[in-house]
Amino acid sequence: MDEVLAGPAMKQNLVSRRSFLIGAAGTSVLFGFPRPGFTAADAASTSPAALFEPTIWYRVDRSGAVTVSIIRAEMGQHVGTALARILADELEADWDKVQLDYVDTDPKWGLMITGGSWSVWQTFMPFSQAGAAGRIALIEEAANLLNVDKETCNARNGAVSAGDRSITYGDIVARGSLKRTFSADQLKAMPIKKPADRRLIGHDTKAIDIPAKTNGGARYGIDAEVEGVVYARPKIPPTRYGSKVVSIDDSAAKSVKGYIKSIALDDPSDTVSGWVMVFADSFFAADRAADKVKVEWIPGDAVKVSEQDLQDHGAKLIADPSGGSLLVDDPGVEAAFAAAKSSLRRTYTTSSVLHFQLEPVNALAFEKDGIFEIHTGNQWQSLILPVLAKALAVGEDKVIMRTYLLGGGFGRRLNGDYAVPAALATKAIGKPVKMVCTRADDMLFDSFRSPSIQTLGMAFGEGGKVTAMEHHAAAGWPTQVVMPSFMPKGVNNVPYDQFAIHGADHWYDVGAQRLRALSNDLANRAFRPGYLRSVGSGWTNWAVESFMDESAHAAGIDPVAFRLRLLDGTGRNAGTAPNSVGGARRQAAVLERAAEKGGWGSTMPKDTGLGIATTFGQERTMPTWQACVARVRVDRGRGNVILEKLTLVVDAGTIVHPDGALAQVEGAALWGVSLTLHEGSEFVQGRVKDTNLDTYTPLRMGDVPEMDIEFLPSNEVPTGLGEPATTVVGPAIGNAIFAATGARLRHLPIRPDAVLRALNTKS
Amino acid sequence: MTTFKLNDRSVSVDAAEDTPLLWVIRDEIGLKGTKFGCGIGMCGACTVHIDGRAVRSCITPLGAVANAAVTTIEGLDPNGQHPLQKAWIETQVPQCGYCQSGQIMQAATLLKDFPDPSDKDIDGVMSGNLCRCMAYVRIRTAIKAAAAEMRGTHG
Repeated sequence: MDEVLAGPAMKQNLVSRRSFLIGAAGTSVLFGFPRPGFTAADAASTSPAALFEPTIWYRVDRSGAVTVSIIRAEMGQHVGTALARILADELEADWDKVQLDYVDTDPKWGLMITGGSWSVWQTFMPFSQAGAAGRIALIEEAANLLNVDKETCNARNGAVSAGDRSITYGDIVARGSLKRTFSADQLKAMPIKKPADRRLIGHDTKAIDIPAKTNGGARYGIDAEVEGVVYARPKIPPTRYGSKVVSIDDSAAKSVKGYIKSIALDDPSDTVSGWVMVFADSFFAADRAADKVKVEWIPGDAVKVSEQDLQDHGAKLIADPSGGSLLVDDPGVEAAFAAAKSSLRRTYTTSSVLHFQLEPVNALAFEKDGIFEIHTGNQWQSLILPVLAKALAVGEDKVIMRTYLLGGGFGRRLNGDYAVPAALATKAIGKPVKMVCTRADDMLFDSFRSPSIQTLGMAFGEGGKVTAMEHHAAAGWPTQVVMPSFMPKGVNNVPYDQFAIHGADHWYDVGAQRLRALSNDLANRAFRPGYLRSVGSGWTNWAVESFMDESAHAAGIDPVAFRLRLLDGTGRNAGTAPNSVGGARRQAAVLERAAEKGGWGSTMPKDTGLGIATTFGQERTMPTWQACVARVRVDRGRGNVILEKLTLVVDAGTIVHPDGALAQVEGAALWGVSLTLHEGSEFVQGRVKDTNLDTYTPLRMGDVPEMDIEFLPSNEVPTGLGEPATTVVGPAIGNAIFAATGARLRHLPIRPDAVLRALNTKS
Repeated sequence: MTTFKLNDRSVSVDAAEDTPLLWVIRDEIGLKGTKFGCGIGMCGACTVHIDGRAVRSCITPLGAVANAAVTTIEGLDPNGQHPLQKAWIETQVPQCGYCQSGQIMQAATLLKDFPDPSDKDIDGVMSGNLCRCMAYVRIRTAIKAAAAEMRGTHG
């Protein structure tokens, strides 16, 4: 790993200034952030005996440094800081001596995935218990060293004290013989603090990864270097699957100084079929040469497929009542619709959406001593390692992924497919290869959010009482493509992609309910459907919450009152301990609070309206309760929607790092705005239409509305925050447009021409 | 061979004159703080200063900076303590952080032109810099905090 630090004199100057650490620790590499004003003992010279390592999750050295192993990807959520706070609180560590080690792949870590807004929720108990175990062991050893009864000892701020005597954790490690380790069962039984006793959780701190992100010191995958590297840029084939290279003509590229050669990759894993890699001695030369290399392909079948075909296919699937997976299939749905006083049926659609994580996908790969090293930022190492092994035709133990910061994840880097061509390229050329995709390459290779189509029905009895609801949703299924074994089965025993339907399994009591998820198999064949920040919850909630608004108006009931009636928290919506204690009543609470704060019911100026929506974030098993009021003004002449204000109320249980939590909701809410008003693409003849910012237009500084965000205080289980707010903003905006003008929008993104059409339809 | 000043040091680079400055800075010289985002000058991640003005290095050819003074995020302040950098930490601006070198370099010239920037000034200048994490609220707050400090410091 010395290569990473090596380089010309200019780089050496930087090494001393950059504020993160890559040091050799045995055969592993420490990639993390040291703390200002504090230097940990040199990992390379620290013998294992001088470390206290009660679990695999952290170690305490003789200097008192607590190094926490982070298996999650650092991609903007400051997850390392939040997780280390959980552990340090129970450990009674000195927070200023806590540092992070973003670990490489190793089977000992178990499942390595960063997604689903799961990290804090999944890690809270294991890290609390691991910290508590260490504290107990340190107190016991301190009692021995101080020759006092352990019952008289008290751990605080990285030291154990008994009466007027005290010893630091570092000295306990240096002078004692801490050999105690804890079994998994012991850890599971370990009691943790009462909320009132917490000293770090719930209190603000500065995220450990932030300083390096202000001075150029932070290192992302694209910054990885190794001695003797050659650079590569791909030629992306015309279709994701099934393209075959017929010929490569690189005669024009030979005039590019530094051009080496072009190779069609042979990929046993079928991840990058039809890729041609263009090699050069600099990235710029590879980029320029790739523009000049002409490749002729036989394209795959998807070249005949476009966005409308995908949606037409989805509509056809929905029209056939026999297909799909039933998540909910209560008896009496047909009878309730047959007996209804009135009913409502509506269809909602969403366009293809691209990730546009700002760092284009890239990877550095090389073989050293029979081991393939992949240096790149990634969210789901456990998914791609077996694929890499298959592609390289080696055992999984011959592939290791080294960790870097992610220049944006948003689900793009759950799919580590971009590591495969770099690995194949280094194998093909026999040298270290740094593959960088240009923005256009990245977009064409994106595993974007599938277009979706959903049809919902509501049956009403006397007085607008809801007696039945049905919901049919068709889209490409990411999990079916990359890991079908992850999919649960519906009540009809047909598997479904939970990530493509979460959100539709809502907490409203609607009488007889039917929920059907349909895999758009044409989409799955035409491209690789991806996980994009909140995945299916981004489209299901658009449908559910727009439809709730339409249903309320159809029933002649205020949309807040209409929802509150249905959020009664009974039966399957009562909630279960520990994750969803309170159930739908907590959703009702955020809804009422948002309505109150957002000025629900107040008189609005002309062409201005308030819209409301509420969701439970990602999953029924991990609900993050939230509600949003959007205030919009509609320019009737041009169809422009001006978003003036968002009011959000969130109940995510215990908040570990309040300022970090707020940052996640700010960003996720603006993602929701962007996906509603600013960005969306289209699949055209086997590819996405937009390949850069000239036509793909995410939200910018000037588009930011006023935002008022509130967290409801709670000591319940901490749930997720990275994605949830993306799910609630869109329908709030759509409903606000209706409130302002009477025009109903049923497609995302909402474009001005669609607003004009809806205004005309209404009149 | 093209000679220019980079962060107050003279550098000579043997690369084709049409090589984008971005790749010269990153791969020839080895300063990685300047980032590649879109390659067409529309995201701002590659923003550096040329003779004190914010420029997109991904669309600036090396030949255009001969004898000019180029400043990157690494050279904005010798200790990484420019008022903007301090405000960025105090406000906890960065999420993934990938765009932030460019944001800070752009904001530095914004504050030269508008020592007391209004929201409209900030929108006008900063809307060319995409933050995909959408940390815009905090970028705005931090710019105002840095502006206040600079006005206090420099009268």
